[in-house]
Amino acid sequence: MKIEIRPDPYDPWEELAAYQSASEALRPGSYGACASFVGSMRDVNEGDAVRSMFLEHYAGMTESQLEELACEAIAEHGLLDVLILHRVGEIHPDDPIVLVAAWSAHRKAAFDACRAMMEMLKSRATFWKKEELADGSRWVAQNTPG
Amino acid sequence: MQIQVRFFASLREQVGSDGRALEMAAPLTVSEVWNAVTDMAPPANLLCARNREYVGWDETVADGDEVAFFPPVTGG
Repeated sequence: MKIEIRPDPYDPWEELAAYQSASEALRPGSYGACASFVGSMRDVNEGDAVRSMFLEHYAGMTESQLEELACEAIAEHGLLDVLILHRVGEIHPDDPIVLVAAWSAHRKAAFDACRAMMEMLKSRATFWKKEELADGSRWVAQNTPG
Repeated sequence: MQIQVRFFASLREQVGSDGRALEMAAPLTVSEVWNAVTDMAPPANLLCARNREYVGWDETVADGDEVAFFPPVTGG
């Protein structure tokens, strides 16, 4: 399992491939499924163009929450491994924000756990987004329902 | 007894501070901590944590604790 908060841009596909190759929990031939989700920044929100965004987190609490939800998913879905990366700091449109990946023997566990971890992350994890617009900035009040 | 109080995101801007130490003569609830550090009525949907775990407003805090207040989370 790997959980990291990233202050700098990253390539989720390179990270996914590198982690899968290196993880001791993922012996080649042992897993039959990997489901992944990548969330990236859009250039519009609520009808307004967004130039950039600042992502704040509660250092210490956020990492613990991500580890906890990953452990919950591993236990509940019988996963072989989990990778979660999440950006903080200044983010621009098209930048990847979050990567969640789940490995399992069969597809149902990987699909279900990937979705479940994303929903837990969105509803619990202590991150906050502040958007920079053409005429000022604003905090995102709440996440979209899905 | 002393605790550390922290504010995050939009709440930090509303309060005008990222937090401060608070001296307590006796254990306080999270709700009493809020009233001790700000004159503001708590905003709707305000969330709180004690030692980096979510708690309710009736939770009692102890010497050395860190109590954080923040708005709804918007990660992912």
